[in-house]
Amino acid sequence: MMPDLLIELFSEEIPARMQAKAAEDLRTLMTDGLVEAGLTYSGAAAFSTPRRLVLAVEGLSDQSRAVREERKGPRTDAPEAAVQGFLRSTGLALEQLERRAEKKGEVFFAVIEKPGRAAAEIVAEVLGRVIREFPWPKSMRWGSGSLRWVRPLHSILCLLVREDGAEVVPFEIEGITAGNTTRGHRFHAPEAFSVVSFEDYEAKLKRAHVVLRAEERRERIRHDAATLAFARGLEIVEDEGLLAEVAGLVEWPVTLMGAIEEQFLELPAEVLQTSMKEHQKFFSVRNPGTGRIEGFVTVANIETPDDGATILAGNAKVLRARLSDARFFWENDLRVATSGMEEWKEGLRHVTFHNKLGSQWERVERIRALSQEIAPFVGADPELAAQAAEVAKLDLRSSMVGEFPELQGLMGRYYAGAAGLPPEVAVAAEEHYSPLGPNDEVPNAPVSVAVALADKIDTLTGFWAIDEKPTGSKDPFALRRAALGVIRLLLTGEHRLRIVDAYMSSVGEFSERYAARFRADARTEIMQAYEHYRTLKGTLAHLAQSSSIYSFLLQDYSSLVEEDVREENEQISKLIESAVKFAVGRYHSSLSKKFPDLLSFLHDRLKVHLRDQGIRHDVIDACLAMPGNDDLVLLVRRAEALAAFLKTEDGENLLQGFKRAANLLAQAEAKDGVEYSFGADPKWAEYDEERAIFAALDAAEARIRPAMEREDFGEAMSALAALRAPLDAFLTAAQVNTPNQVVRRNRLNLLSRIRRLCLEVADLTKIEG
Amino acid sequence: MADLPRSFQEIILRLQSYWASKGCAILQPYDMEVGAGTFHPATTLRALGTKSWAAAYVQPSRRPTDGRYGENPNRLQHYYQYQVLIKPSPPDLQDLYLGSLDAIGIDTRMHDIRFVEDDWESPTLGAWGLGWEVWCDGMEVSQFTYFQQVGGHDCRPVSGELTYGLERLAMYVLGLAHVMEMPFNDPQTPIPLTYGDIFRQTEEEYSRHNFDAADTERLLRHFEDAETECRKLLAVEDVDPKTGKRIILAHPAYDQCIKASHLFNLLDARGVISVTERQAYIGRVRALAKLCADAFVRTEAGGHVEGAAA
Repeated sequence: MMPDLLIELFSEEIPARMQAKAAEDLRTLMTDGLVEAGLTYSGAAAFSTPRRLVLAVEGLSDQSRAVREERKGPRTDAPEAAVQGFLRSTGLALEQLERRAEKKGEVFFAVIEKPGRAAAEIVAEVLGRVIREFPWPKSMRWGSGSLRWVRPLHSILCLLVREDGAEVVPFEIEGITAGNTTRGHRFHAPEAFSVVSFEDYEAKLKRAHVVLRAEERRERIRHDAATLAFARGLEIVEDEGLLAEVAGLVEWPVTLMGAIEEQFLELPAEVLQTSMKEHQKFFSVRNPGTGRIEGFVTVANIETPDDGATILAGNAKVLRARLSDARFFWENDLRVATSGMEEWKEGLRHVTFHNKLGSQWERVERIRALSQEIAPFVGADPELAAQAAEVAKLDLRSSMVGEFPELQGLMGRYYAGAAGLPPEVAVAAEEHYSPLGPNDEVPNAPVSVAVALADKIDTLTGFWAIDEKPTGSKDPFALRRAALGVIRLLLTGEHRLRIVDAYMSSVGEFSERYAARFRADARTEIMQAYEHYRTLKGTLAHLAQSSSIYSFLLQDYSSLVEEDVREENEQISKLIESAVKFAVGRYHSSLSKKFPDLLSFLHDRLKVHLRDQGIRHDVIDACLAMPGNDDLVLLVRRAEALAAFLKTEDGENLLQGFKRAANLLAQAEAKDGVEYSFGADPKWAEYDEERAIFAALDAAEARIRPAMEREDFGEAMSALAALRAPLDAFLTAAQVNTPNQVVRRNRLNLLSRIRRLCLEVADLTKIEG
Repeated sequence: MADLPRSFQEIILRLQSYWASKGCAILQPYDMEVGAGTFHPATTLRALGTKSWAAAYVQPSRRPTDGRYGENPNRLQHYYQYQVLIKPSPPDLQDLYLGSLDAIGIDTRMHDIRFVEDDWESPTLGAWGLGWEVWCDGMEVSQFTYFQQVGGHDCRPVSGELTYGLERLAMYVLGLAHVMEMPFNDPQTPIPLTYGDIFRQTEEEYSRHNFDAADTERLLRHFEDAETECRKLLAVEDVDPKTGKRIILAHPAYDQCIKASHLFNLLDARGVISVTERQAYIGRVRALAKLCADAFVRTEAGGHVEGAAA
């Protein structure tokens, strides 16, 4: 009869977010270990509660299979060292080895018999290893021990259950000895009790106020919450993440519902939801008629004599304090929003975006100008885009976002709306952050797109300017995300924006702020120097009263200073402006030179993005090498057409033909030390196939050039495909390297023409295979 | 059901006698300005090294940025923490903790007590640990931490640390909505005093001081001084030439580290530290804390045994 195995690891409270994975890890690590040690089993399931990880294995074999292993060793006349080595590796003594005659002489053989081992022994061994090597995201030590677990581990239940009873697996780790007992709910049933099987365990736990299965706790909460809400004509706002978390915080879920006080009902639903979820892990309860959040559901871990009244009252009190804060923030923010948001603008002037990139407000000004520039390319009204950019970041200074950073953007939308700004502007305040990830939705409202692009390009330009590029896994300013955002915004909306243009506009904005800073600094310094001058003059005037020598000096200095005073503004300004011009020129050109590097960063992100969509990296490389590669829409169209082309038979064969032609040409060019780019002439053609390829090239060119101008890559490539047969025929019929030098040169020039034409469509040399 | 305390001080007294009954040395507050009870050398330094330790104490704590001129119902720039540190952490620490709730009138059969994941980290002390915040009916009433590292040193053995935010806890137990209304002594007494009678004015004064009046140049200078002094104290040779004894200045140096930390908090409240500078300042304090920890483990209290290999 095959025994069942039951293991419970009982500890202090395991973080909710780790429980499900830990149960799964326990199952796979244990069963893998058991199987590896030669046991079999018919089924296994793992469970978790806040205080326990549990594994139930069914139909475990009683013993591992006996294993007989034969190993061939050295010859019996081999040197002593070799024989000793063999003995060590097999763990046998010399007299235990067998001698067998082989063709090349007598050879030692080790026959190692591993008898089957008892399941209990294997379970103990594997369990010890699994506990010591358990992959917790974070683990800790406690007391004086050195064992690591997620929180202190208190007891272990480990049973092999047979028809005739349960056997405790002899197992001990760091002073914890496995037994057949566990404990129930921390407050309802703290006493230890023993169990004899998994069914017995689960049933007794339930009597001890512990629901073993997370799924069951979740469904109980879901059901009870829905029932409570329904009874008052309300509904629960679904939140699976929160549900899973809450189910991991309780062993005995008791669902309680309370009402949100009248005074808080006017708060935006998202604010109520966020506050309740983040601070208290409450579910929101909605009125389906009005959409308002009118209640909350909290899940306690205990049944009380007063049916939760004390608990509910306590929770309501905490909620009141939290929502009072939220309401204070909301009202305060609305006041600022409806009075021009000046306070927030002023605030952004004093917040540093990055110490080398100026204040948040400078950033806003740059983004505003850039949004205006980009707007026409994405179909947005430039004025609206500028207005949207100006308010988009203001909510960062609002009290609400200060408290709940995750509401940034959303609050901006509310506040812009409250301020009576156009709806496009309000929407952009929320949407301009998007997309945040590879699967995030991309905004399509033109104003939002313009601001979103400007925001991201400004970030990229800025951090490129100060050489803070991502390295390896480090990307503290989320520049990869910004780059992917630019890519997805452009591709999704098919916006034809040359990145070089946007970048140079952005560089212009940075240069302008650089000039302003430089001018201010220079003026301060010069004015300081001038102050010294005046002090000196004052001192001389004072001294002149006592001595005529000083009065001479004073005259000299005075004339100097007076002259400066008269011409001060003009002179100094001129001086400063020329310095500014020089410095900004240098700054501008150094930023401009960084464009290729930034573009190649964008291209790298694009490759990753397209690879996820099934386009090969060499196909992308072939298109990246083409002009206009900073127009991502164009680039992708070309890549898609090329990928499709290469999937056709003509495409694949043409590629081979092209490679052959290009190789022949490259070899000849290397050998002759010249580049064959002179026009080939059909009059030197010797074969029909050779004449045919001239005709085919004329025809292809006539199709390809206009197609390329129309950016009709499909057409261009199908024209290329038409070259395949004539090219194959030509290469088969004609020997390029003929002794006749004139014919040879002509053929090489012909190949050159083919190469050039192909390369006009895409850089096929980059294609692998 | 446990009988309910009637005043703020009764809650403190009950915690004191509870933890005394569980074998803790009841220490007094540290006589310096600190941001939290953890800064008391009885926690920070004593969590280091191999020697056993059990202490409990009230620690007045200052968080200059939390000043609200005494108007906010539960935010104060000066408040009290109750701190327990036991090394090695005993296996029944959770039960001991729940017993302390019972002692101050929180009946665990009537309330919903939960241990919610909250990993503690103090960037200024170079310390971290795993544990929970303890919720009572949805309100955080304590912080429960198993120290793993302090001052960059692994804690062996591990200390268990409990921190109670006394005002918030007391307001909850006494059923009050505003901290200033809380009875400090017994309300039945001839001269009843509320928390507000004692602290409303000081909250106003310190809020104004912390936000507007504190001289930032002086604060910066003092920060530098404390930093220099701390390093200097740790650089003196181990053996005192006067007594001929090995006397390492771990505690006096740590005082300077505490000072630097508080000065940084004040500078922060005055709004003169930018986001980027912030990290640099925290790093400077952490470097001091680490040096002090290095020094402490070389002292007798830090587990150093004379003659043993370093």
